[in-house]
Amino acid sequence: MSSLSIRNLHVRIGEKEILRGLNLEVPKGEVHAIMGPNGSGKSTLSKAIAGHPDYTMTCGEVLLDGESVLGLDPDVRARKGLFLAFQYPMEIPGVSNANFLRAAVQARLPEGEELEATEFYARMYEKMDLLEMPRAFTARSVNEGFSGGEKKRNEILQMAMLEPRYAVLDETDSGLDIDALKVVSNGVNTLRGPGMGILLITHYQRLLDYIVPDYVHVMVGGRIVQSGGKGLALELEEKGYDFIKEGLPEEQSVA
Amino acid sequence: MSETTIDIDRSVGDFSYPEQHQFDAGYGLTRRTVEYISGVKGEPEWIRDFRLRALDVFEKKPMPTSWASHDLDAIQFEKIRYYLAHGQKATRSWEEVPEDVKRTFERLGIPEQERKFLAGVEAQFDSEAVYSNIKKAVGDQGVIFVGSTEGLIKHPEIFKKWFGKVIPTGDNKFSALNSAVFSGGSFIYVPPGVKVKHPLQAYFRINAENFGQFERTLIIADEGSEVMYMEGCTAPKFETATLHSAVVELVAMKGAKIQYVTVQNWSANVFNLVTKRAIAHEEAEVKWIDCNIGSRLTMKYPGVVLKGRKARGEVISIALAGDGQHQDTGAKMIHAADETTSNIVSKSISLGKGRSTYRGLVHVPKHLKGCKNNTECDALLINPTSRTDTYPAISVRGSGNAVQHEASVSQISAEQIFYMQQRGLTEGQAMSLSVNGFVNDLVRQFPMEYSVELKRLIDMEMEGSVG
Repeated sequence: MSSLSIRNLHVRIGEKEILRGLNLEVPKGEVHAIMGPNGSGKSTLSKAIAGHPDYTMTCGEVLLDGESVLGLDPDVRARKGLFLAFQYPMEIPGVSNANFLRAAVQARLPEGEELEATEFYARMYEKMDLLEMPRAFTARSVNEGFSGGEKKRNEILQMAMLEPRYAVLDETDSGLDIDALKVVSNGVNTLRGPGMGILLITHYQRLLDYIVPDYVHVMVGGRIVQSGGKGLALELEEKGYDFIKEGLPEEQSVA
Repeated sequence: MSETTIDIDRSVGDFSYPEQHQFDAGYGLTRRTVEYISGVKGEPEWIRDFRLRALDVFEKKPMPTSWASHDLDAIQFEKIRYYLAHGQKATRSWEEVPEDVKRTFERLGIPEQERKFLAGVEAQFDSEAVYSNIKKAVGDQGVIFVGSTEGLIKHPEIFKKWFGKVIPTGDNKFSALNSAVFSGGSFIYVPPGVKVKHPLQAYFRINAENFGQFERTLIIADEGSEVMYMEGCTAPKFETATLHSAVVELVAMKGAKIQYVTVQNWSANVFNLVTKRAIAHEEAEVKWIDCNIGSRLTMKYPGVVLKGRKARGEVISIALAGDGQHQDTGAKMIHAADETTSNIVSKSISLGKGRSTYRGLVHVPKHLKGCKNNTECDALLINPTSRTDTYPAISVRGSGNAVQHEASVSQISAEQIFYMQQRGLTEGQAMSLSVNGFVNDLVRQFPMEYSVELKRLIDMEMEGSVG
């Protein structure tokens, strides 16, 4: 089936269990938001899906269009169409954005096939225009000396170039001023469509004013504890996370 | 894009053809060895005496193991052959080069590069150059580009004036060794005002086992002239140690510019112990661009003696030390006139159990004014077992001089690799791209054609270093 499907996912970092039986289904073409208080395991979820080696899946499944990614290296998952926009994108000194993107696009081509440079640049410039990024940006080292807003734009540029089937956006709104937030949201909205499922992870409702989700999930203590429409986000904004926590049985509350 | 990657395929040189040497000095080093070499070359007496004196110096000098690697003790001088050659005359045409030797250089792509972008080529096979040619247009400008033997015999008036003057025989044990048994290498003279547009290239190939290659290069750029010299080298991988010990002397007269580019890719059994130094006269510029990727142990510290006012010296170096390798490299800048400037940028990468060492010497005496030195050395460690050491020695006296020194040791973080993997690159590709990024600003200073020739090595090394 066409979805990013997470079933009964348990994840540890070292001895500590962070995700404790998480279930979530993001069908292709939809945008789902996960909200939750600090420490609820939101970022752990994104890293675990992407296959970060420090996160151990002890139980459960992550399926991309029905295919398990369990045990696959992060790069294999990425090439299968999974994209993670990082909360804190890494700097790669000396490697230009253009070269990095080229390498990433090239990695998706069949063995022996060479990337057509002219076409690549044309496509990259088109996406950069969308994100209001100046041309000079291509020659700068990946994320090195970038402002918070530039780093997040760069994440969305990479997403636009790599055309994933499923994208997880981890706190993409953090560190953005309102203008940058609009540009980034506009980028995501343009990419949004029937070919891509998007999972937005955010702490604040604000982002959802710009990228309107189809569904909202609330995460507490390593599980999804409530799901609903866009209205749920507004309710959270108004009442805070405590109202959700109060409604939970004792053993489900935050560890 | 202009961004280039450093990339050498180390396996490219790992082949050899059966030996058929007509001239063989045999194993071990005695007066007779030196006399044999001098004899077959038909050298004048002054050179023969020079060699014999050098042999005495070599025998008297201790190994520099008081400060250098004890791995040097593994060199068995008595088990090395000091001279192996088909003949003493290099041909001017590839057609006349013996078939197997020609095949070797064709496999290494030398004749092709010559056609494409070089002003002249010298190809040395074991002890002697088998091919040496300079494009007619360049030769017509009065540029001399020949082997060391031909240089000393045919152009003694220029040769004698500078030979052994930049690097005296007794500079160190290995410069003395080279002075006793040298063979091959280039002699270049560029007349005043002549700017050689395309690079001159030498290619050094060791084909024989238990052998020592001792080329001797002397380059003189006369007033206001410019020249770029590039050298490459390979050897097949033998079980036993091979010795390469060159001496390279550069003289840049007033206002002259010399760029000397080395891409050293010896196989991992080669001891590469090389002395390189330049004298820069008034307003002259000497730039060493040095890339060390191969060898078992390399000890090499290119230097510039800044002899004239406003002379400028530069050393740009990249070293890659993998398992079983020690790249002990660096630079020497001796300021000997006012307003002289020097710049040293060194980047090293250690992977596996590899070790890289930076040794620098910057000397500015008290009486000088307006001198500047900038030294940057950055080391990248790939694995927990990798090692790097830095020994900068900077002595700047007097008040009117400025010196700046920066050093860093860094590692590629697991988070950085994860980030790149999340974009679809394998762990090896991610490593390789990061390492290329680390040296990228230096690689861009290599001539375009060389950075192309440099392709694939770091990628190959990195692919093997992860997991």
